[in-house]
Amino acid sequence: MTSTTTEIEPVAATGLRAQLSEFWHYFSVNKGAVIGLWVFVALALVALFAPLIAPHDPIEQVRDALLMPPAWAEKGDARFLLGTDAVGRDILSRLIFGARYSLFIGCVVVVVALSGGILIGLVAGFFGGWVDTVIMRVMDVILAFPSLLLALVLVAILGPGLTNAMIAIALVLQPHFARLTRAAVMAELPREYVMASRVAGAGKMRLMFRTILPNCLAPLIVQATLSFSGAILDAAALGFLGMGAQRPTPEWGTMLAEAREFILAAWWVVTFPGLAILITVLAINLMGDGLRDALDPKLKRS
Amino acid sequence: MFRFVLGKLAYLVPTFIGITIVAFGFVRVLPGDPVLLMAGERGLTAERHAELSAQLGFDRPIWQQYLDFLGRLFQGDFGTSLVTKKPVLTEFFTLFPATLELSLCAILVATLVGLPLGIFAAIRRGSWFDQISMSSALVGYSMPIFWWGLLLIIFFSGVLGWTPVSGRISLMFYFPTVTGFMTIDSLLSGQDGAFTSALSHLILPTIVLATIPMAVIARQARSAMLEVLGEDYVRTARAKGLSAWRVVGLHALRNALIPVITTIGLQVGTLMGGAILTETIFSWPGIGKAMVDSISRRDYPSVQGGLLIIAALVMTVNLLVDLLYGLINPRIRHR
Repeated sequence: MTSTTTEIEPVAATGLRAQLSEFWHYFSVNKGAVIGLWVFVALALVALFAPLIAPHDPIEQVRDALLMPPAWAEKGDARFLLGTDAVGRDILSRLIFGARYSLFIGCVVVVVALSGGILIGLVAGFFGGWVDTVIMRVMDVILAFPSLLLALVLVAILGPGLTNAMIAIALVLQPHFARLTRAAVMAELPREYVMASRVAGAGKMRLMFRTILPNCLAPLIVQATLSFSGAILDAAALGFLGMGAQRPTPEWGTMLAEAREFILAAWWVVTFPGLAILITVLAINLMGDGLRDALDPKLKRS
Repeated sequence: MFRFVLGKLAYLVPTFIGITIVAFGFVRVLPGDPVLLMAGERGLTAERHAELSAQLGFDRPIWQQYLDFLGRLFQGDFGTSLVTKKPVLTEFFTLFPATLELSLCAILVATLVGLPLGIFAAIRRGSWFDQISMSSALVGYSMPIFWWGLLLIIFFSGVLGWTPVSGRISLMFYFPTVTGFMTIDSLLSGQDGAFTSALSHLILPTIVLATIPMAVIARQARSAMLEVLGEDYVRTARAKGLSAWRVVGLHALRNALIPVITTIGLQVGTLMGGAILTETIFSWPGIGKAMVDSISRRDYPSVQGGLLIIAALVMTVNLLVDLLYGLINPRIRHR
């Protein structure tokens, strides 16, 4: 959005700052959203500095400390704050490294789904006619399948693994962006500023990406947040079903899959990875709610 | 109304064709020889390969293979499972009641809890009740349900020993299948304790599967109710001096329910996705678990058939929801 305003730098800068401060004003009204933001920032820092923070190597197996309970529990060991798993790996360290995977999955999936969806939605909304019909019918077909099922089948085609899981999830989430973009484009197309730009001789590309797209961003940002948390959940679910990240990757869903056989013997191997997923997804969804309230003009009055 | 229904149906035809293409194409894009994948035999001679290829129609042009596939579908032939050697459709009908029973209970619980929660939260906006119920709804909405299920098993089955860990009913009981719903069949069997056993197996999976729909319904009900409560006609009703309960019950609730009913209907997709995880955790013998098993056993005809049936099912329910929406909201119908 900034690159469109290079010629009138000073005005644009204050405009942007004003916009940001207005956004922050509405965003910070929602206490939950602010908490979500801080938790997310903390998680991002943990992911970034994982090798420095983690007390152990996430795949190092300590043979004399198998299924060690958390440090505060009876028979706990101070070396392993959240205990160890069945092959003696430190759970805390695995969770810290797992944050990297989850946030990475979320980012990649959202970027892929968002850019794909925007492109498809722009083309459908802008060109209309049979192009639109064909594209939207294809999107309908993708949406007709329960997303987890389709992702599962796609991974079965591509082969289990983290990369393929990300591709599958991005593909499944993408129609939501395409639909939103298309709807926004169709709402913006008849506006006067678009006509003005067209009359001024703007080409199709410029009309699509520079004139219309920046005005359709609000719903896309909200959807991107929702998809971010959805992607983390789906990737963890695929990992849990053995179709996502493979062992010994310290991905949270995969950790849960490994822990399943010990659920009645060692509660901590099951509890903590799931808690990490829940906290991450909750933080992002809290942010999403705040973003929606701040960006949706219809709700601003309330 | 008739034209409205016809229009909706016509709209679905291309989507349905798309679904059949996806299911048909699924086997073609799998890495490996489709003949081996679909026949499920190992170490074939060249002759046997050619014979199977002809038998399965892989030697014909692709468009003809697709038309054959469609033709078989219309005759109710969804292929044969490689593992059980039974028709996929038969397998589906044996497994489906389990999933249906679980899903119906889940959506019932989700609605009975979520709807009042959302409505009261909207009426008492900003109160501690609103804050607590909406925070819980957000937690529910963010819940990795496969973990939630494991936690419930640890607590209720492990610590308290109240509920069984897996299956639909204790192995002590055996009775013929009548409806396919274990709770009803156990009652019909008249055996002592059978119904309690079936019910105790059903409770945890129901809670797990209901969690996300419940949260979605509560959040949607609250925002729909808030929107309606801000409308002029509600203010008019209040100004006329009608009691708060009359305003809420008669004027607001009826209009707020319209979008909520749609939301409830659209949870079918969520339920089918959730069923995959819930059934896997609780070893619930339904189609969700069967799909996961078929994928890991490389039983591709079953995956193909299951994919098709599930998508068609979700689509049909969504259509019914659409029609119901038109029925209760005439503004949509006459547009």
